[in-house]
Amino acid sequence: MSIFEYNGSALVAMVGKNCFAIASDRRLGVQLQTIATDFQRIFKIHDKLYVGLSGLATDAQTLYQRLAFRHKLYQLREERDMKPETFASLVSALLYEKRFGPYFCQPVIAGLGDDNVPFICTMDCLGAKELAKDFVVSGTASESLYGACESMYKPNMEPEELFETISQALLSSVDRDCLSGWGGHVLVVTPTEVQERTLKGRMD
Amino acid sequence: MGDSQYSFSLTTFSPSGKLVQIEHALTAVGSGQTSLGIKAANGVVIATEKKLPSILVDETSVQKIQLMTTNIGVVYSGMGPDSRVLVRKSRKQAQQYYRLYKEPIPVTQLVRETAAVMQEFTQSGGVRPFGVSLLVAGYDDNGPQLYQVDPSGSYFAWKASAMGKNVSNAKTFLEKRYTDDMELDDAVHTAILTLKEGFEGQISSKNIEIGIIGADRKFRVLTPAEIDDYLAEVE
Repeated sequence: MSIFEYNGSALVAMVGKNCFAIASDRRLGVQLQTIATDFQRIFKIHDKLYVGLSGLATDAQTLYQRLAFRHKLYQLREERDMKPETFASLVSALLYEKRFGPYFCQPVIAGLGDDNVPFICTMDCLGAKELAKDFVVSGTASESLYGACESMYKPNMEPEELFETISQALLSSVDRDCLSGWGGHVLVVTPTEVQERTLKGRMD
Repeated sequence: MGDSQYSFSLTTFSPSGKLVQIEHALTAVGSGQTSLGIKAANGVVIATEKKLPSILVDETSVQKIQLMTTNIGVVYSGMGPDSRVLVRKSRKQAQQYYRLYKEPIPVTQLVRETAAVMQEFTQSGGVRPFGVSLLVAGYDDNGPQLYQVDPSGSYFAWKASAMGKNVSNAKTFLEKRYTDDMELDDAVHTAILTLKEGFEGQISSKNIEIGIIGADRKFRVLTPAEIDDYLAEVE
């Protein structure tokens, strides 16, 4: 049993036209037992930057707390929000600091840059960045997610269509994975607003 | 760290509320060679006298104006060796910032960290304050910027400033000559004229140093040939 499969998780982020969407499942389990069905995996760093953390839930929470701490200090010192690329470099550096005793997390970072160009990336638990122009996935359902996204994704989708696509990709993938599911949580972020929606899927 | 008798800070408060060592450090700065900086609309120029102790010194080997990063340069007034230590530390801090964020350090952040180092040396045991004031010139996303950092660790943003021997005359001259919409070339001319004001002897490309940074964000020290061209335009 891999430590990454202890709690179960599914995360996906997609790029649309001047917007991005990030979605996660809601299950928190302890191996085969489901503990919670409203677990938060996606966290806001600032209005235009979100990070999702899959993998071991305790590490996801601790890592998020460290990232929020670093970003708040950055905001106070530099009097500006972090750009998504800068944040990704920071996450990568923090993860590599623990090279020989890592956080068992795979982050998915999604944000809008200064010019409102969407940015997404993922990395492994040691901080190896993987930039993508279309979508990134992470978690126990990642293999299904790759397949679903690859077939459902089209570039330059408007927010509404992006929401539909990411939701379908998420739900169909978690249905094939016993460790993730119990609904979904989707955020669609445009330069002017953020839409947060909860999905009802197979509750098992 | 040595005898307990010597492990107190040299900068202890005087009854009048001053830190006498810092005052003395500022005096050391005030008797150093004049240096100045001018912020133009599209860049920054910093300049200094380069009076060498003897004509036998190879002036091409001496460089007072140095880079902290590719887009931030610095000049000092006061003790040269002290400025070298600060430049070394600042360069390291700038690179650490880049390693963490993969973004070049903003000028304000580097100035703040340099100032923090200088302040540390006014509140630690067994050390003395730095005997230099720095003029930091940089160009980043917030445009051209010029900062002065003092031995106490305080820093100020300036449109134009001078330090060292001829500071009051130079500042008066700059106050009269400075305009907000100055271009970089005009600023270089004004810098040369200001240096000329208090210059002992004949000004030439061998006894002054000028550094500029423009919208290309690359700080560079002018060659003697380029300084000669500017001097010819000024004459």
